[in-house]
Order: sequence, then C-alpha cells, then structure tokens
Amino acid sequence: MVEHGDIRVVRRGGSKINFRQPVITNDSRLLLCASGHSVKVFSTSTEECVHELRGHTDLVTGVVVKPSNHLQAYSCSLDGTIRLWDFTDGILIKTYDIGYSIYSIHTSAFHKGVVFTVTSTISDKKSESFQLVAVHLPQSGDQLVKAPELSAVISDVSSNPGAIVFGRGGEYIASANGLHLEVFFFKKQKTYRFFLKKDTKTGGKNTFMCVAAHPKDDCIATGHEDGKIRLWRNFNHQKEYTYSTLHWHSNAVSSMCFTPEGTNLLSGGVESVLVQWRYNDVSQRDFLPRLGAAITHIAVSPDGALSCTSHSDNKITIIQGIKVSAVLQGLVTGESVETDLMVDPRSKALVLNGKPGHLQFYSLKRDKLLYNLDIVQQEYIHQLGLQQFKVVKVAFDASGNWMATVEERKQKDAEQELNLKLWAFDEQTQSFVLNTTVADPHESRITAMCFCQAAASQTTMLISASEDGHFKAWQLRRLAPGEDDGPSCLCDFVGAYRGLVPYCCCFSADGSLLAVSFQEVVTVWSPASWELLATLSQPPKAIRNLCFGRLSCSKYLLGTTDDHLLCCWNLLTCSLEWSTSMDISLLLGDPLTENIAAFCCHAGSTDLFVFKPSEPRPVFSLKAVCSGKVTHAVFAPREEMLESCEESSQWLNHSQLYFLTQCMDLMTFTTKAEEEKLMASSKQLLIDDSVAMTPFYLLLGKHRKGESGAAASGESAGRPPLPPLPQGSGAVKELLRTPAHVLPSTSFLCSMFVKSLLVSVGDASEESKPAEEEMKSEKEEEDSEGDMESSASRPERGSLARRSAEPAAPPLTKAQLRELRRVKKLDHSWLTGLLRS
Amino acid sequence: MGEFKVHRVRFFDYMPSAIRAMVFSTRTERLALARADGALEIFNFSDNYFQEKVLPGHDGRAVEALCWVGPRLFSAGLNGEITEYDLENLRPRYTVEAYGGPIWTISVNSQGTLLAVGCEDGTVKMFEVLKERIQFQRNLDRQKGRIISLSWHPSGTLIAAGMMDMIRIFDAETGRATHRLLVDRGAGASKSKEVVVWSIAFLSDHTIISSDSAGKVQIWDGLNGTLIRTHLITKWDVLALSVSQDESSLVAGTSEGTVVQFQFISSTVDRLDKDWVRTRTFKNHSHDVRALAHTETAVVSGGMDTQLVVRPLLDKVEKNTRESAMRKVSFPHVSLVCCAKKAGLLLFQFPDHLELWRLGESDGYGKLGGSLPVKRGQRETDQLKRKGEDHICCSALSPCGGWLAYSTNAKSLNPVPCVCSPGCRQPVHQLSASDNGKWLATANTDCEVHVYNLDKLKLHCTVPVYGSCPTAMAIHPTTSNLVVVHADQQIFEYSLVKKEYTEWSRRLQKQGLHSMWLERDTPITHVTFNPKNPAHIIVHDMFMFCIIDKSLPLPEAKNVLYNQMALRSLPEPDRVLHSHGFKICKDFQHLLCVSLLEDHSLVVVERPLLDIVSQLPAPVRQKKFAT
Repeated sequence: MVEHGDIRVVRRGGSKINFRQPVITNDSRLLLCASGHSVKVFSTSTEECVHELRGHTDLVTGVVVKPSNHLQAYSCSLDGTIRLWDFTDGILIKTYDIGYSIYSIHTSAFHKGVVFTVTSTISDKKSESFQLVAVHLPQSGDQLVKAPELSAVISDVSSNPGAIVFGRGGEYIASANGLHLEVFFFKKQKTYRFFLKKDTKTGGKNTFMCVAAHPKDDCIATGHEDGKIRLWRNFNHQKEYTYSTLHWHSNAVSSMCFTPEGTNLLSGGVESVLVQWRYNDVSQRDFLPRLGAAITHIAVSPDGALSCTSHSDNKITIIQGIKVSAVLQGLVTGESVETDLMVDPRSKALVLNGKPGHLQFYSLKRDKLLYNLDIVQQEYIHQLGLQQFKVVKVAFDASGNWMATVEERKQKDAEQELNLKLWAFDEQTQSFVLNTTVADPHESRITAMCFCQAAASQTTMLISASEDGHFKAWQLRRLAPGEDDGPSCLCDFVGAYRGLVPYCCCFSADGSLLAVSFQEVVTVWSPASWELLATLSQPPKAIRNLCFGRLSCSKYLLGTTDDHLLCCWNLLTCSLEWSTSMDISLLLGDPLTENIAAFCCHAGSTDLFVFKPSEPRPVFSLKAVCSGKVTHAVFAPREEMLESCEESSQWLNHSQLYFLTQCMDLMTFTTKAEEEKLMASSKQLLIDDSVAMTPFYLLLGKHRKGESGAAASGESAGRPPLPPLPQGSGAVKELLRTPAHVLPSTSFLCSMFVKSLLVSVGDASEESKPAEEEMKSEKEEEDSEGDMESSASRPERGSLARRSAEPAAPPLTKAQLRELRRVKKLDHSWLTGLLRS
Repeated sequence: MGEFKVHRVRFFDYMPSAIRAMVFSTRTERLALARADGALEIFNFSDNYFQEKVLPGHDGRAVEALCWVGPRLFSAGLNGEITEYDLENLRPRYTVEAYGGPIWTISVNSQGTLLAVGCEDGTVKMFEVLKERIQFQRNLDRQKGRIISLSWHPSGTLIAAGMMDMIRIFDAETGRATHRLLVDRGAGASKSKEVVVWSIAFLSDHTIISSDSAGKVQIWDGLNGTLIRTHLITKWDVLALSVSQDESSLVAGTSEGTVVQFQFISSTVDRLDKDWVRTRTFKNHSHDVRALAHTETAVVSGGMDTQLVVRPLLDKVEKNTRESAMRKVSFPHVSLVCCAKKAGLLLFQFPDHLELWRLGESDGYGKLGGSLPVKRGQRETDQLKRKGEDHICCSALSPCGGWLAYSTNAKSLNPVPCVCSPGCRQPVHQLSASDNGKWLATANTDCEVHVYNLDKLKLHCTVPVYGSCPTAMAIHPTTSNLVVVHADQQIFEYSLVKKEYTEWSRRLQKQGLHSMWLERDTPITHVTFNPKNPAHIIVHDMFMFCIIDKSLPLPEAKNVLYNQMALRSLPEPDRVLHSHGFKICKDFQHLLCVSLLEDHSLVVVERPLLDIVSQLPAPVRQKKFAT
C-alpha cells in the first residue's frame, strides 16, 4: 500500500489547554497557553483566541515569556525545537533546534541568552529519568538555528514543570523530585540537597508535588502529597536549613505560585479551591471556592493584577483580585465518551459528553465551546462511589430539528433507570427544548439508537435497540401551534428476531430500509410496512458495526464482526459481495460521499482505511495513525469544500474526519494544501480588543460577544448563538474606535452611520460616492507615517475573512472601507453609547 | 528466660504533678524544674538527662518562677517569698519575704549581681545577690497592675516587664520607666478582656519579644518602643518563651500543647538584615506548655500533662545518634515502690501518704501468657498519712513486712551512727543494704559509691568512680557482689569480698554493651536478684524488664537484642544457639517496679501513661477538621 506523505494526523481544535501552566503577558492583556501542537494566545478580557501560534510538529510542552523582551515568547515541544514568537502579531521569529525531546522550559532574567530545558536522559531507557539542561541560544540572524551548547545543570529532575523553579532573581534554581529537594546556586556552583522521609508517624505523605520560590526573599515553598505546604529557609546550609509547615489542603497540593511582590502565596489542589496565604502572616488565608474542577496549574501575571488557574476539565479561569473575571473553556473529554462523537447538523458543532449530565456543543471551526446543554437536569453531587445519571446515547435527525438522548443510572442493588428524552429545536430560543421524556423506554440498556436520515415530511422516525431483545420505532411529530393535546411521540413498532439481542441499527440514506443486527444476524426491514425483508448472516461471531453505503454505493450494506471480518452485502441480490479479514474497531460512513472509513486495530496501533464499497482498492490508507484503539470518530462536514485534486486526499474534500485517541486527544487529518491555507489565514490581522474600559465598552462588549458566536453568554445561559446581526459590521466597529478630537461633524457621521446599518442592495449604489472624498482619504493615507503597507492590505483580507465567517453581514465596498480606514485613525468609543442610548 | 507467676499490679494510682517552671543553666548543664506541688527536680543534661536531685514539695510552697545564679538556685512563688535552695542537703536554705504580694516572676541580670522580682502590687523589686544571702536593694517605679514577666537586657542596664495590656521598659539604674509598649487585645469577645503578657525576652540588639494571652508572639523594637511584627500562633494563650543562648532561635509554648519555633534568619543569602521567621511547630503535649527551656541542641518543654519532653533540634545535632532521639521523662528516676519479698507486701509512696498493699493469691496453673483465677484479691492493708507540711521524700519496707520507714525533709531519719566519709559533700541518692544486713552501699550524685560494713560500722571500700551517676544498685544476697547500673546504661558488678570488679563485669566491659541497650532512653531504676539462681540479675526501666543471665554468652553487635519472641518460635535445639544473656520482656509497659518474691513469683507494678492522661483535666478546646 502506498503511504500518503502529505496527509498528517494533527491536533486541531479541542486540544487540552490545561496541559501546561499558562503565561500571562506583562501588560496582563494576553494569556499564552500550550494547546496541542500550537500555542494559543487568548485575550484575558474578552476570552477570545487572538492568535494561534502554529509551527511545532509535536506536542508543545511549555511556554515562557522571553525575559529580555516581554513581547516575545519561547515555546518548547517534544519535537526537539524551541521557537521564539512575537505573540502580539503571531509571527515565528526563530527556531532553535535542540535535537532532544523537551519536556519543559524555564528562563530567568539572570541568565541572558540561556534557557533551561528538561530533557530525558538517553542513557537509561528502562526507567525514564530527566535532567535539567542549560541551552545557550546562539546569536544569529538565521531563522533556523542549531543550538549546540548544552550543559547539564541538575540530573534526576521531575518532568513536571511545576517542580522546578528559579529563585530570587534567578540566583538559584530549586527542583523537587520524589522525596528530595535540590537547590543549585549558580554563583557558587553549589548544590544543596534536602531529603524527607516518605511517611510520617501521623500518616503524612511527604512526596513533593510542586515548588514555588519567593521573588524577593530566599524562601522556597513546596507542596506535598498530603496537602502540606512547607516554607524552606536557610537552604544555603546543608544542616541549619529550616522549614515551617502550613496545612489547609486535604489532598495533594498540585500547584503553587507566589505573587510578583511576594506578599501572597497561591495554592490549589483537587479541592478546586484557590487558597491565598499571606506570606507575612500565614495564619490569614483567603479562599476562592467552587472553581468547578481540580486545579492543575496556577499562574500570576507579572504586574500581579491577574491570576489564572488551569483546571482538570480543560478550563482556564482568569481571576482578578479574588474574583473570577473570565473563563476559557476547552473541549471536555473526561475518562470516557459514552455518547460517541456526533455532529449537530444545524450548528455543525461537535456534540459529546461534557460536564457530568451535560452535552457540550463544541465548534471545531472556531475551536470554542458553544454551549452546554443540561440533559439530566439534576444537581450533580461529587462523591466517590455515588452513581449518577449519565448521558449514554445521543442522536440527531437529518435536519437538526430533533435530538434524542438516553440517560441511565445503574445503582448497585437497584434496578437500572433509563430515560429517553426527545428534544426539539426551538427557533426562537435557538436551542434544544425538552419535548418528551419517555421513562423506561426499554426494559434493559439501550444498545443503539438512530434517526431516519431521510428528509421526511411531517414525522421523523427514531429507532432504539435494547438488550431486552427488542427494537422500537418511535414516530415523532412536531405539534402545530394550535393543537396542544395529543402526544408528539408514539411508539410505532416493536420488533424482535428470535429473541436475540440487537446491537446495531442503521437506516439507509433514503430511509427506505432499516438494518438491525441481532447478534450474528442482520435483518433488513422496511420502515413503511414493518416487514422483515431479508436476513443476512455471517456466523459465528456477532456483528459489531453496521453501515449502509451511500450515493452510488447505496445498494451495499457493510458490517464488521467480532471475529475480525469486514463483510459487504449487496442488498439487491441479498448476497455477500465481498469480505475481508480485518480487526476493525470502528466503521464510519461519510454522510456526504460514498466513502467509508475503517479504523483497524493492529498490533497496538490503529491504521485507517478509507474505501468505497464498490471499489476493490482503498482510496486512502494510513498506518499507525495513533497508538491504542480508536473507538470514537466522526465525519464533520466542511463549510467550504477543499479543492484538492490529488487522489489520495480527495476524500477529505467534503468533510473532515475527527477521532478520539485512547488518551482522549481529539485528532484530525490534514493535507498540506489545507495547512498552507490555514497558515495564510492566520496571518491576517485580527481585530484587537483594545477598547477602553468605559461604560460604553460594556455595551459594546456585550454586543460583540453576541455577534461573535455568543459562546460566553451562551455557555452560561445554555443557549445556542443567535445569527449575527447585520449592524455588527466592520463599519460600526471602525467608527467606534475613532478618537473624539478628530471626529468629523456629527451630521456627517450620522448619515454614514445610518447607511452602514442598512442592508446593502448592491455594490453599484455605494460606488457612486463623491469622488473627492476618496481623494481626500487617499491623501491622508499618504501623509500617515508608519506601517502604510500593512494598513492598506489589512482591510481587504479582513473583510474576506469576515465574509466567510459571517455570511449574513453585508460585504463592504471599497469606498466604505476607505472611509472607515480614515475614521479608524481617530478613535471614539463614546460615540456608540450616544448613538445607542 | 523461665516461667514466672506474675502479679500484675495496676492499682498504684501514682499521679505526677504538673510542671510549673523550668530554668536551664548552660554553665552547669543542669535543668531545674518546679512542679505544681512545690517539688523541685534537678536534671543533669550532660549525664543522659538523669534526674539527679529531687527536693520534695511543701504544702505552702507554690513555685511560680525559678532562677539560676551561677550554681545557686532561687525560686519565687505566689506566697510572696523568695527562696534559695541548699542543693547539697536538698532543702530550702532560707526564704526572704518580698513584701509585694504574690511574686509572679524572678529574673537575674547577666552579671549575676541583681535579682529582680515582679510582684502583684505592680512593683519590680531589686535584690542584691550576696555571698550567703540576698538583700533588698530598691523598688523600680511602681506601676498599676501586676508584673507578670521580667527580662533583663544582657547589658544589665535595662529591664523589660510584661504586665496587663502593656510592656514597660525600666532603666535599671535610675528605676524610671522609659518606654510603654501597648499590647493589643484579642479580637472578638476577648476584646473586653485584659491581655496578659505571659512571658518576655529582652535580646542584646534591643529587640523585645513578648508572648501574651491573646495568642500572639510580638517582636518589638526596644529602642524606639515600636512594634515590628506580630505572629498570631494560637487562639489561646502563649504561656512561655525561651531564647537560645546565641539569640538565633526562639521557642514559644501555647495552651494547645504546641511549641512553635522562630528563627532569626536573613531573608536573602547575602544580606545581613535578619528577621524573626516562624519555622517549626512541635506538638508533644496534650495540655498547656507552662515551661520551656532552649538549650544549645534541644527544646525542653513541660506543662500540665506532667511530662518533660526533650526535643532535639535536628539542625544542631548529628543525625541518628543518641542526641537526635526525642526523650520524654514521665516517671521519676527513683523507685516509688518497695516490695517486701517474704511477706508479699507492697509499699507505695505518694507525696502525702503511704499505702501498704497485700498481694493477691492464686493457686491455679494456667498456660503461658494466660491469666490465673484469683483466689484472694489484693487488698489495701494500711494507709499512712504523713505529719506536717513537708512531702514524703523516701520510704522503705523491711523484707519481712514488719517494719516501715519513711522520711520527709524536715527531720532526717538517722538510725545508724553517722559514718560519713570525709570529703563527700553531695547528697546520697541511692542506698542499698544486703539481705543479711552486713553491707550497706551508698551512691551520691558525685557518682561515688561507698560500701560500709554495718557490723563494724565503718567504710569497707569505695568502688572506683565511674563518670556517670548510678541509677540503681543492689548487693547480691549470697555472693555479696554489688551490681551498679549507671545513667549511661552501663552495668558493673563489684565483688565486695575481693574488692574488685568480677570476671563477668570485666568481660562485659571488654565486649561492650549492645548498641540497642545503650540507646534506651529511660534509666534502670531497680535491680533485684533471683534467689534460686545466683546467676540471674533482674533489672527494669520504664518500658521493659530484663533478666541478665551471667552464665550465657553476651549479645554481640550482630545479634538481635530483643529476641524473646523470635526465640519462642524456634525449635528447642536452635534456641541455645541464638539465646544470649539479656532476656528482655516488653509485655508490661510503663513499669514502676519489678521484683521477685520468695515464692518465685514476679511482681510487676505498672502505671500506664494512658491512665495518667485520663486523670488530667480537659485540654483547651480545639477545632478539629470535620467535627
């Protein structure tokens, strides 16, 4: 088989943002965090992702701001490179090739031109151990630099970046690993080691978890497994060192951080409470409780205004003072995704289990959580061993009008509780509203559920198959506004076959056939008459997956069995067309093409095959996609088709294939062309968020939020986004940014402003603007110094992007743009306030 | 080891008295300790923390504060008197009335010339220390409210006094108050309550450290009279403070039973300005820590729970040595129980009375480790109240049970003509007579052991002086060998007939004792013999008793010392290979006495520490997690 070199597996969207400690920039406006193969730059005030710094080819393992230039940042990755970025513009400045996988990076102002990285020692492969290495970054103008000078500083360190910290001004570095603390003084080149016993008599566990160093004093704080915090002092003596103990956490302290002035120490752990200790009076503590999930990292901005905590549910909370000011939520992938991956046909969002009892709608395109939908509608109680309702199945119909969910609760000695809930999409609220709850739809667990995907007239059909040996067909009917009575959901048919347990069910694309697999037998039914049309079987093992072919291949039905067989039946002849032996863990049909994707588990890693049922050769195959078994994947339709002409990547043109690895990382496949396109689009300047903090800003901020996806507001309100309003166009935005003292007369502005609110009829009408104005603006442009070129090219690209992102917004004409550009040089946010109030 | 019928005695309701005050003399390495019943104890820290001297209490005397002036010990109490003690005859030498009401504190200047006491009436009185006596010199400015604590500046020119709600600094020469430092009251409900400055320390850099009833340890600038730092360390009182000799470390004892250490540490490595930083917390007490002493290497604390705790500072001592182990002194280092071997009687000594008990009897036979049916229970035969106000200091019972003798401090019991050897000035603390009444051995705190011939009433011999104090000794009834056990756990056997160490003793010294034996932290308080087997010596300390079989080989360093349980599981022939001369039993805990009766049954007097703790008053309430 041919390896297709240009298709790669990447993390795109839904990556962990809580993997490493986030970094807040010096002005507290931006937050940098490692996220999959890239570094994301968020705005701390608007929660928007400003840039995504792409370039690393493996997991990014650390981000630090360059000490000598606070507008640049280093990032390190397992691919063995350190990259220097200009994070305000999102430009890669330099790449340093180290040659070894880097696990974390540390810098200090004391060491110019040196960064400290943690690499694994190659000598001992069995038990992986790590060492701290000083890397001298060569001064060179080249883009790609090899860094040859490495010198080991401390051996046997922890790979956890929180266990290594620079002390006061970078004069020493402290590293904790296991049960010992090591302090290395650079000036004296001397190491001090301090050991603790594993357990104390009173049941304390002394294993070091994290380290923090006081910025002004010689004091190191260490967090321990039993929740104690020790403050070490006098550690430049091997014998006369001393420490004091603070104890509030009941469980391991996972992260600690001193504030920049050293007045406070912040600590957090699994209790999801941020504790603020006064450094001078440790008996006084402040708490910020109910942060939602266990704290994994804590970071404080260099000016001390902001602090942020990363949480285990892929969330970053930005805290101002002792109040939560913003929340950056990533894709939540817990230990298991019971619902499987789904795509909401309406919003094209990825749907899967989120918080306990919720479904999350995650926009893959914008890499943002749209909203959480509370399915269970019961208060979640966090307690060990307590069984709660879990959402286990979800299905959407073709138009996205209906959603069906199944929740179950299995208690040890009680009966299983099952609920089938049907949700109808409400146009007014733009969200799913609970329509019907069917308590105990089956006597036992529901194994499969699917909607009839055909564009039906009035009713929609839902099939649910259960371990009790039956499958049920439910007729869903949307009630007309007039009729209040009468059920909207009826059980239409109960089917069974020889008392066998149905495991899979599948509708053909046109909805004329229903295939239900009863263990090793596949039955084909006609949903119109509920007549058993045919039985197909391939004994001896049970059917694992079922999938109808589509478009030109719709006569085929594919199935995989437990004994590693992939079968393809021809439904016209009711005979086996072909079969092949493969251990397929997941069979997935692309809803837009006839392609079928099969994840095949082979020797501990997963291979991917994409094929058409009618053709003997696979369209595409990729070996060793990832390690472990892939059990969840989804074809997400693209919003704009790719025009790839290469045969191997054509299958990616219509939709994108996402899958979850065993470590719950969301991965996807990408081609070179697509990547280049993305790179190009990321270069375009994003609208910055430097809106002054005025009362109008609040109005504006709300307005912008609603317009740009309504993610934040939708999340709290549990509602999906409204379609963008027409007045949210660039014109208004530009207008609002104009300074007051250079503002043209109100009468002039007013007409322009009103015009911008109108839905444009055609470009021709705008073209007939007075020519002298255009001339004038051009002149001004020439006069303006500085980055002429960029400003000239900006709006065009911006408008392009905007057009694609907001199809409803009216496109701006050239004349309008020029006008705006002129106005943009001014900045006045108060104007909107006036205009709106 | 052999099998014994054991009388397990648990009816000795011995209750030690709470520790009230403590003072450590670095010059003599002695710790003086005052208990609530007025008894004073002197511990020799250079000799394994051995309780060298005990001055029995007195009903009217309540010692509130102690003070070493060179080798002289002074105390002051709420009876308003200052007492100097005669440490050779173990009794008060003289008392001086201060005429200022109850005295709360006493402090001597570093030159040892002036003694300052703080009185209830608000005066600080200065006494001049003369050679034989002390003499009132003058009063400092009288204040409103009692003087609770006093501390001299090392230069001797200034003195700081802790009072209610404030601290005063006096010029010692003029007697004028120069500064007044106001101490904050506690928050909340205790705002209306006066705050008591329980303890104060004046450091040579003019820093004043105070501890008060609002739970604070405060650091003041004594030159300007300003507050530098407040450390809130408890919700309750901070009762005691102690500063190390080099003024780099400080400990504070709280009502919660914790001892908090502060250290004088520079905040950064290369800078000189230092700061007092709270570092360690020790929790070795269940009740109030009333008294504290900071020695060079350890923190010594005592309080309501009657235990003296020596907690070594691990940064000052070598790790994993004898010094790095924590010690708790729970029982006195002298035996309070006397056993009449022939009559089966037990004499228990309390501070104010004696109890005589007859042991119970049983004729049954049980299996090893089981309990026997009691035919006749033990019963109290006699309770003897002492006369006068002085507490009983020693008592004895004759082996036949016919005679009982006790002594208080007031009148010495001197039935034998005095045969004191010249030059011996230290008090005799151990006395042992042979069963046949021929020999009498005495040991004093100068570590000298003299043997007298009672028939001739003259000194028979003097055992070569060993560097550590004898803690127990006995003369073997048949062989007339004197067995002496010292505070450093060494054992000697001295033949009175040959006037030399016996062969076994020489062998023991040559080979050396097992390291585990030397690491025990309580002294042997009693030595007795097995009348049936002259080779057996029975010794005990607080945690174990041991039968030393002189006929068996001595344990070598590689042997396991505590091997009785292991031996029991071995087959009979192998036992001989593994057994050694020290047969140790730890089945009985917190022993006060182990003795072998004539009928070859063992009497074991236990006083479990848990019983003592249960009789203590309730400790201060503390919030515990999830209650």
